[in-house]
Amino acid sequence: MNGPQDLGGQMGFGPVAPETDEPYFHAAWERRALGVTLCAGAMGAWTIDESRHARESLHPADYYSSSYYQIWIKALETLLKRHGFVSERDLEAGEAIDKAAPPKRILKAENVPAVLAKGSPCNRPMAVPARFKPGDAVRTKNLNPTGHTRLPRYARGRQGRIEAVHDGFVFPDSNAHGQGESPQWVYTVVFDGAEIWGEGADPALVVSIDAWESYLEPA
Amino acid sequence: MSHDHDHDNELDPFAARVRALETILTRKGLIEPAAIDVIVDTYETKIGPRNGAKVVAKAWSDPDYADWLKRDATAAIESLSYTGRQGEHMQAVFNTEETHNLVVCTLCSCYPWSVLGLPPVWYKAPPYRSRAVIDPRGVLEEFGLTLPASTKIRVWDSTAELRYLVVSMRPAGTEGWSEERLAELVSRDAMIGTALAREPQQTRRPA
Repeated sequence: MNGPQDLGGQMGFGPVAPETDEPYFHAAWERRALGVTLCAGAMGAWTIDESRHARESLHPADYYSSSYYQIWIKALETLLKRHGFVSERDLEAGEAIDKAAPPKRILKAENVPAVLAKGSPCNRPMAVPARFKPGDAVRTKNLNPTGHTRLPRYARGRQGRIEAVHDGFVFPDSNAHGQGESPQWVYTVVFDGAEIWGEGADPALVVSIDAWESYLEPA
Repeated sequence: MSHDHDHDNELDPFAARVRALETILTRKGLIEPAAIDVIVDTYETKIGPRNGAKVVAKAWSDPDYADWLKRDATAAIESLSYTGRQGEHMQAVFNTEETHNLVVCTLCSCYPWSVLGLPPVWYKAPPYRSRAVIDPRGVLEEFGLTLPASTKIRVWDSTAELRYLVVSMRPAGTEGWSEERLAELVSRDAMIGTALAREPQQTRRPA
């Protein structure tokens, strides 16, 4: 979706303002927000794609005025409600009132190190050969789906070149909506700065994205 | 009476909201607060940029390892036991005299947790995410890094599940240094691409 998350090339947000010796957390609640989010995700009711889509579905004014852990928590509340783990009544009261849907699993403290170390690889075997090879000229499609996508607006309808062919990967555009993993080949596609930004672009700039095969057509 | 616990009525509204959510989920038996403690401890004390710095230092010291890292970063990094969440599919990108690499995630905050730990706030915030792809030179200058106009800048937008680690060029004057000592020259920002490796005179360790 053309949502607030799709930031590449937007203007007006001001300087980056890196913080010297930045701590990992800026408030005690951020620690809990990280942990609650990971524990809730470990119940196995939704995928990382669905959680990204829940975050980018916040109203733009809400998204831009929230810190990143605030975005996480707001999206987490949406996911927990959608999957029947908490109700609006629970959240309003701040109490466990309504019965929860049964989770697939519960993350126990003793299992945390193994679960974090394992991660969640999302490459998948492919039954079909890759359509493109390194060096091929391609053009990204001009797609404006209302659902989740990982093709940023700045890189739509642009001509580039395949630099690398990776594995098959779970397709976020379908997986975010419970419509299956439908894995596709993923490619690193490089674009000259001028192809994306036009006149006045940095002549020594090259930008790459990692693109699923259905985002691309031969150029 | 000791006051090492928080009082709900003293919490800011968002802290209260997170606490309520944790309480609801805990009472329903869906999450275990002790698991949260372990997660926080892991990312606060065990996983951080020192992991990635060791990878870079090893690549500087061992050409075979550097070659492996170039070809299959996931396996090369796993050989040092740095594996896991948000590092399942790694790629190492090497700075050269001609090209400087910079990593961003314009769509969210994708970042190689297994080698760099949790991302800094600026990496996740709109100013960096919006400008890194259109004005990387301006962004680098805000980090105090001015590159020659002729240096090519390659920006890697992490739009899929590949996570990128920038390998800086090894600074001159570090011949014969141990991997441990070399690792001290490699900052988190150098591995994102918003800095170069530190010069030897920038560290104050006796030889």
